[in-house]
Amino acid sequence: MPANEETPAVAMRNVSFAYESRPVLEAVNLSVPRGRFVCFVGPNGGGKTTLFRLLLGLVAPSQGDIEILGKAPEAARPKVGYVPQHFAFDPLFPVRVFDVVRMGCLGGAERLGRAEVRRRVAKALEVVGLRALEGQWFNRLSGGQRQRVLIARALAATPEMLLLDEPTSNVDAGAENEILGLLEQLHGALTVLLVTHNAAVASRFLEMIVCVNRKVHVHPPTDRIDDRLMRHICGYEAPATLGAEEIARHA
Amino acid sequence: MLDFWQAVAVSPLARNALLAGLLASIACGVVGTYVVTRRITYIAAGVAHCVLAGLGAAQYLNVVHGWRWLQPVHGALVAAIVAAGIIGGVALRAREREDTAIGAVWSVGMALGILFIYRTPGYNQDMMSYLFGNILLVTTRDLWTTLLLDVIIVGLAAAFHPQLQAVCFDEEFARLRNLRVDVYYMVLLMLTAVTVVVLSMVVGIVLVIALLTLPAAITGRFAGSLAGMMVGACLLCAAFTCLGLTLSYGPDLPAGPVIILVCGMAYLLVNAVGYLRARRR
Repeated sequence: MPANEETPAVAMRNVSFAYESRPVLEAVNLSVPRGRFVCFVGPNGGGKTTLFRLLLGLVAPSQGDIEILGKAPEAARPKVGYVPQHFAFDPLFPVRVFDVVRMGCLGGAERLGRAEVRRRVAKALEVVGLRALEGQWFNRLSGGQRQRVLIARALAATPEMLLLDEPTSNVDAGAENEILGLLEQLHGALTVLLVTHNAAVASRFLEMIVCVNRKVHVHPPTDRIDDRLMRHICGYEAPATLGAEEIARHA
Repeated sequence: MLDFWQAVAVSPLARNALLAGLLASIACGVVGTYVVTRRITYIAAGVAHCVLAGLGAAQYLNVVHGWRWLQPVHGALVAAIVAAGIIGGVALRAREREDTAIGAVWSVGMALGILFIYRTPGYNQDMMSYLFGNILLVTTRDLWTTLLLDVIIVGLAAAFHPQLQAVCFDEEFARLRNLRVDVYYMVLLMLTAVTVVVLSMVVGIVLVIALLTLPAAITGRFAGSLAGMMVGACLLCAAFTCLGLTLSYGPDLPAGPVIILVCGMAYLLVNAVGYLRARRR
């Protein structure tokens, strides 16, 4: 195995972050091996999105250091794909699916020729099952299709790691199922980091559950996450059905 | 109705006016598309009004201090670029609210311009033509300047189209692809500043914002791509300019306001038809 593949996908050492004087994350230590599928869960305002912004190098930690794929977050960006939670899309913006996915090919280390860009776009759309919609206007797609196009845009960068911030929060159940099926396909090929509030989503990806609520801890292995446990993890209520020992472990 | 087109055949003034309108349409369509999709219309308006400071200063230096080589258009270009730089710098770096900075640049620029005009002896006919436009006063030298600016604008847009498209569509994603978003944003503002100066020769700085945005906004409803929107906006801007010139020439009305009224009516019509069609569905 080459040396660079031995470095973890994510290494956070004693990372803290505060907006102005309000602490959002405190003394976070986290190591994610390559190829893992990690679900980040936690309450609203717990710091999940901030954690992603730190991993993407969009904000700098107040203290501590972060390495992504063995590099500083900004330097690792060409190998990281990102699918945002809320995409403030202008419905009047005239752009086709091909153009949106092509944006994923920008900014890489090497300058890509037209043929290579076309090949990458076609392949990424093939993976998300939207090859036939390449010439379609982006604003005419359904919410689920748009989300899959954004995943294709992230894949067009040929990333080693994919970050998805609640990719199913604004889509219907059918589209959610399609997106989760797609993520299952990607499982193993890439390191995938997924933020979710949804117990059903987290239950499909139990390989590594990370709870984020100002502090971060890796949840003990479990074979199922139901709504009650999810609410407990997210800090909304204590799970009455769990034993005292398990409550103590979750606390 | 045919007065203007008959005049084009015989009068260099009318011919220059037509050529100025057509050349300005290229800059208008290309940059207007970015302005509309990136939603920086008010920045463009702030820059347009600040141009008065440059016009006034150049005219003052020309008349009072004998700087004969300095023409108002030079001052306009400098003022537009400085205004775009200030607004862009505030938007990217400072903690000041962007709309406040736009308002400050807008009104301070106009105030400076008015003071310079007040202190410049003689009748400032040129200043009035810059404020409200007088396309019939465009010189052959202005046409060459406009052509040069068109070449720069189209060249930059063609060279950086995928990057500018990404920045306009999703700035955060563009940043995550390590594109130099701030640089492209400033390039966009500079192109807008230059285009404002070009268009101010046609319709004047007070009305320039309508010509910059309305043709692009209309074609944006039908275009399938940013490039298509640009081509459509260029053609529409050219059509509006020709129609405005035609309508204004016979009754001897100022061409700038007539062009803008044509633009505004087309915009209203397209929106009204769109609204009615949406209601019928």
